[in-house]
Amino acid sequence: MSEHDPRRGRDTIVEDEEEEEARPGEGSRATSFVPAEGATAAAAAVEGGASTYQASLWGDAWRQLRKNPLFLISGALLVGFIVIAIAPGLFTNIDPAGANCDLGNSVDRPSRGHLFGYDIQGCDYYTRVLYGTRVSLTIGLLVVGFDVVIAIVLGSIAGFFGRFWDGTLSRIADIWFALPTTLAAIVFLSVVGERGLLQVSAVLIFLGWPTLMRLMRSSVLSGKEADYVQAARALGASNWRILRVHILPNGIAPVIVYATIAVGIIIAAEAALSFLGVGLQLPNISWGLMINAAQNRILSSPHLLLFPALFLSVLVLTFIIIGDALRDALDPRLR
Amino acid sequence: MGRYIARRLLQSIPVFFGATFIVFTMVYALPGDPIRALNGERPISDSAQAALREQYNLDDPLVVQYAKYLGGLAQGDFGETFRGRPVSEILLEKFPITARLALLAFAFEILLGLIAGVLAGLRRGSFMDNLVLVSTTVVVAIPVFVLGFVAQLVLGVKLRWFPIAGVLDGWYSYALPAIVLGSLSLVYIARLTRTSLVETLKSDYIRTAEAKGLSRARVVGRHALRNSLIPVATFLAVDLGALMGGAIITEGIFNIPGIGREVFLAIRGQEGAVVVGIVTAGILIFILMNLIVDILYGVLDPRIRVE
Repeated sequence: MSEHDPRRGRDTIVEDEEEEEARPGEGSRATSFVPAEGATAAAAAVEGGASTYQASLWGDAWRQLRKNPLFLISGALLVGFIVIAIAPGLFTNIDPAGANCDLGNSVDRPSRGHLFGYDIQGCDYYTRVLYGTRVSLTIGLLVVGFDVVIAIVLGSIAGFFGRFWDGTLSRIADIWFALPTTLAAIVFLSVVGERGLLQVSAVLIFLGWPTLMRLMRSSVLSGKEADYVQAARALGASNWRILRVHILPNGIAPVIVYATIAVGIIIAAEAALSFLGVGLQLPNISWGLMINAAQNRILSSPHLLLFPALFLSVLVLTFIIIGDALRDALDPRLR
Repeated sequence: MGRYIARRLLQSIPVFFGATFIVFTMVYALPGDPIRALNGERPISDSAQAALREQYNLDDPLVVQYAKYLGGLAQGDFGETFRGRPVSEILLEKFPITARLALLAFAFEILLGLIAGVLAGLRRGSFMDNLVLVSTTVVVAIPVFVLGFVAQLVLGVKLRWFPIAGVLDGWYSYALPAIVLGSLSLVYIARLTRTSLVETLKSDYIRTAEAKGLSRARVVGRHALRNSLIPVATFLAVDLGALMGGAIITEGIFNIPGIGREVFLAIRGQEGAVVVGIVTAGILIFILMNLIVDILYGVLDPRIRVE
């Protein structure tokens, strides 16, 4: 810091103005507060400003996201999907697996009261497609959730402790990268006899962590060199504290961005594997299985393909757009 | 440069062993007894079964089996199926089919991806730019197998522009599957080219070239494109390997008898050697392509050659 008082004074004023500009919402409160305090206003404003407005990465990102229409639309869509997944009963009175299916209605076209028509078993397709949301969303979030935890733990160890740990963990990740993902998933899932939600998730978790781990590692690696981390170390902070308080909050941004997009990728992957016959099995309700069943009837009953494919694509698109918006909001250089 | 390549080569050795070992372990765990599955109407005698087990090393522990397999592989021997056919023969028969599909997809995605990327990158924020951004996002969101079905239905069945399935029409029967297969990478190429071109156009040497009075075409063609295509070139090398592995789904939809279908047949027939052979070939291609990327980087960008 400068020793000359005048310069310092000028700096703080400039800073203050910037802050005023940057927070249109809270500006009025701060300005009304300053005159009331009287003569020591300048110093108080700086301190007060610092405590009410922290220019944190996530705060700024949120401020920007709130103004992004694409993010708002896809966010609303995601909330809708989550509600459907948690409580599909809110939108339909029919039991998807139950006795309501009548083979007499098999592959009937959409009609009033049965918007999506019927599937091959004569079940209401609208109900089946709605219930399919739950499986897709569960697998997507479960797999990426676990992979993010694995990535944070391994990536932090590799990036922070370096040398032996970095060498070992990075080489292991290299091995995983060399596995052809689709082929490997097919082989692994063929080993599993009965494939439910947990088995499919486990294989996808097993194959999916290296990209996230590499992101985390490079993030920690660059964060470690930051001045504020050096400062924390000089003050005697422990490794654990430095990682948790100083490196992770800023370094996790690229991981979160990629993880959001990865949820979409995993959902598509589950559908593809189920479609190929090595993913989920009946009686699970999965869009991939529905599309598989539609395969031989595309010409006569296109609605069998259309509705699950539409839901699947929109859900994947939702995550990709949210991920894109997050990336733009979290990268200060793009502002 | 020689040392650089040698180091990368050394680094890929443990990767090869690790990846093949994981796959080998998994295939080893495939359910069912492959020898008993050979039983037809007349059961195979116990002694013959024991001899077969001996021949295929089935009674050895996993690690020994793996070591024997690697020993064969070092001499170019991928083992043989339980019906006595060399796996390398199957690979030689099926890989060209998948490779043909992958190469066509590759050509398609390069052509269209570069054009779209350059058009979008030259005028950031223009109609063309937005069109490319929106259409690529939509293509990314539609899973490949949905895209394949829709393409098959609309372009093949309804409009009759392309053969619907199979490979009986020569190269032309690969056209539609290749478009479907290449569509995802096309998105990445278009976006990569766009971003990279936008970055390059901002750099000082481009401004210098423009200040010298060079024509727009020359500035873009000779000065900007060359450098902005470096990341695209490296993506392409990795992608060619990924296309070979990713062709499975497309092959299934369009009924193309490549390695994708062979993997399914082999898993169903418990032909572990074929599964391992195909995946091992995939791993080798991946490692080779990555090596090419690293060398390409060194050749194209002199800054990276410095250790």
